Amino acid sequence: MAIRDRLSGNEATAVAMKQINPDVVAAFPITPSTEIPQYFSTFVADGAVDTEFVAVESEHSAMSACVGAQAAGGRAMTATSANGLALMWEVLYIAASLRLPIVMACVNRTLSGPLNIHNDHSDSMGARDSGWIQLYSENNQEAYDNMLMAHRIAEHPDVMLPIMVCQDGFITSHAVENIELMEDEKVKAFVGEYKPDLHLLRKEAPISVGPLDLPAFCFEHKRQQAEAMRKAKSVILEVAREFARISGRHYGFFEEYRTDDAEVAAVLLNSTAGTAKFAVDRLREQGKKVGLVKLRVFRPFPADEIAAALWKFKAVAVMDKADSFNAAGGPLFTEVASALFVKGAPGPKIVNFIYGIGQRDVKAEDMEFVYNELLNIANTGRVGSVYNYLGVKEEEAVLNGLQS
Amino acid sequence: MAYSLKEAAKKPERFTGGHRMCAGCGAPVVVRHILRALKPEDHAVIGCATGCLEVSTFIYPYTAWKDSFIHNAFENSAATVSGAEAAYRAMKRKGKIRGETKFIAFGGDGGTYDIGLQSLSGAMERGHNMLYVCYDNGAYMNTGVQRSSATPKYTDTTTSPAGKKIPGKQQWRKDLTEIMVNHSIPYVAQTAAVGNMKDLYEKAEKALYTDGPTFMNVLAPCPRGWRYNTPDLMDINKLAVETCFWPLYEVEEGRYRINYKPRNKLPVAEFLKPQGRFKHLFKPGNEYMVEEIQQEVDRKWDRLLRLAGEV
Repeated sequence: MAIRDRLSGNEATAVAMKQINPDVVAAFPITPSTEIPQYFSTFVADGAVDTEFVAVESEHSAMSACVGAQAAGGRAMTATSANGLALMWEVLYIAASLRLPIVMACVNRTLSGPLNIHNDHSDSMGARDSGWIQLYSENNQEAYDNMLMAHRIAEHPDVMLPIMVCQDGFITSHAVENIELMEDEKVKAFVGEYKPDLHLLRKEAPISVGPLDLPAFCFEHKRQQAEAMRKAKSVILEVAREFARISGRHYGFFEEYRTDDAEVAAVLLNSTAGTAKFAVDRLREQGKKVGLVKLRVFRPFPADEIAAALWKFKAVAVMDKADSFNAAGGPLFTEVASALFVKGAPGPKIVNFIYGIGQRDVKAEDMEFVYNELLNIANTGRVGSVYNYLGVKEEEAVLNGLQS
Repeated sequence: MAYSLKEAAKKPERFTGGHRMCAGCGAPVVVRHILRALKPEDHAVIGCATGCLEVSTFIYPYTAWKDSFIHNAFENSAATVSGAEAAYRAMKRKGKIRGETKFIAFGGDGGTYDIGLQSLSGAMERGHNMLYVCYDNGAYMNTGVQRSSATPKYTDTTTSPAGKKIPGKQQWRKDLTEIMVNHSIPYVAQTAAVGNMKDLYEKAEKALYTDGPTFMNVLAPCPRGWRYNTPDLMDINKLAVETCFWPLYEVEEGRYRINYKPRNKLPVAEFLKPQGRFKHLFKPGNEYMVEEIQQEVDRKWDRLLRLAGEV
């Protein structure tokens, strides 16, 4: 029997980590992910896990210690946010290139500057090309479930890549909600043991890790890394199917909400999906055919699948909780637009909304504004402004684009 | 058993020849001899910071390391090895690992005194059972002889050139050995490959088989950066010690011991003169530089004598 509980997103993540019982957790405090190592160190102090908790002096060392631990054949985990993730940057790429399936809880927070401890996706979006698999979570339940699936995906022999499970700082990390937990034994059986063939501690078969890789071989190694990310797609679905059998909860690359007969749809990540679903329901009551596509897997990017899913709509709004500062749209927008373009003309009209930066509140009314703009575009066939800021309080932004 | 170079050299090599370190470089001599201090039955996990030692010993698909080896980045050799050591402890507790594994991290002075200082300090403070070895050649040699905080005052490097107005590096070198002593770890040693390398071997053995974090700062001359005659490596080491530019000492549980006191302390000029990086010090009008360095060497030697209770 599943266990019903009430937990915050951070606590749910820490509970998942306890059930996984990794060999090493190396972490450094940073708001809003700090609670995860806090909870976890109490599990260590109480003897509830067998883990070595390494209270490192920085996130750079957290990721460095994870690399050492994972290369030594252990399971290594960490948790971080924003500047902490940025300080890990160099080592994120190294962890991926060394094909070390480290698992991280990334509690999304605005990356400095200016300093802002609240939520947006500028931290993990900045790491989108670091070679890490990225899963996003709408709520505490998804953060928990994604964490339980993380090792199975990362450690799959076809994959062997690190993975970060993202959730929105404060909005889900600190909000206490109902959750359904799995029994410890069931988690243990599902996650399984980590038994890598090659690791530093095998005296009978010593290895060297992290070479100088000159032009003769480097390209092939990077291509193999890219291939692993491509293969992660089928593994993610395979693991989700197995997870559904034991949990009854179903996951794919994305969730489609009331899209069957929808004319327009929004695409977004994480907790705003809850707000968007509420707005969709309200607009549906008014007879408006609107839907939502909530992306769960951003790396690998399910380009074919997302293009196929969005194909039928007349207009699509891609919602970015991070700006690219490229004068051409946020990261999710450019990838979705590129997927649609590669799929071929004509497809839906597509617009971009940058929203919720520094955790500017996003209300149901904001999402209703977005949907009404989309319906306008669908009816007229005309896109007024492609790049828009939602909920920003400046005249200049209003002049340059749409604004609720 | 008393140390004998002959016996030590008979042990199977754990760091093989064929690597690409320069002839006359101190670092591979130091590494090879430190690894000789491992018990043959013990496995080792060796980490290394980015630098000459790493890029010359592990070029895909070849490795010179017979033990397990890991290179991560420039500044995180200590943190990386600390993670491996933590995994070892966890896995040993779970009964997944048998036998003894020793953990060693290597870094040059750039990767240790400068960019890796935080990572080193953190790993030592946390008490991991590991040895950190700094091979100190007094500059960023791998990138082409740039000054580091280990570079001696007035040294001519590519980022502290001896120019018409500024005669080389303007600052004294950081005393990393003392910084590590102040971490209150069980064992800190300063050594060099001199004579039959007894000092280096015995300190390595002690550091490897002392429980907890240990640190060794080892002088490792660089023929390219120091500009000495390549075959003179061992003479340069000897002069560093005989002039007390690089005293051999150790600090065990806070107790200082000087391992070698020159009977005839040579003037520091003897150490400086054979090196091209100090050539400008011997031009007429620059005598004050050598005098200043001599005063600093004397001051630090006196301080060390006092700390060791020798005066």
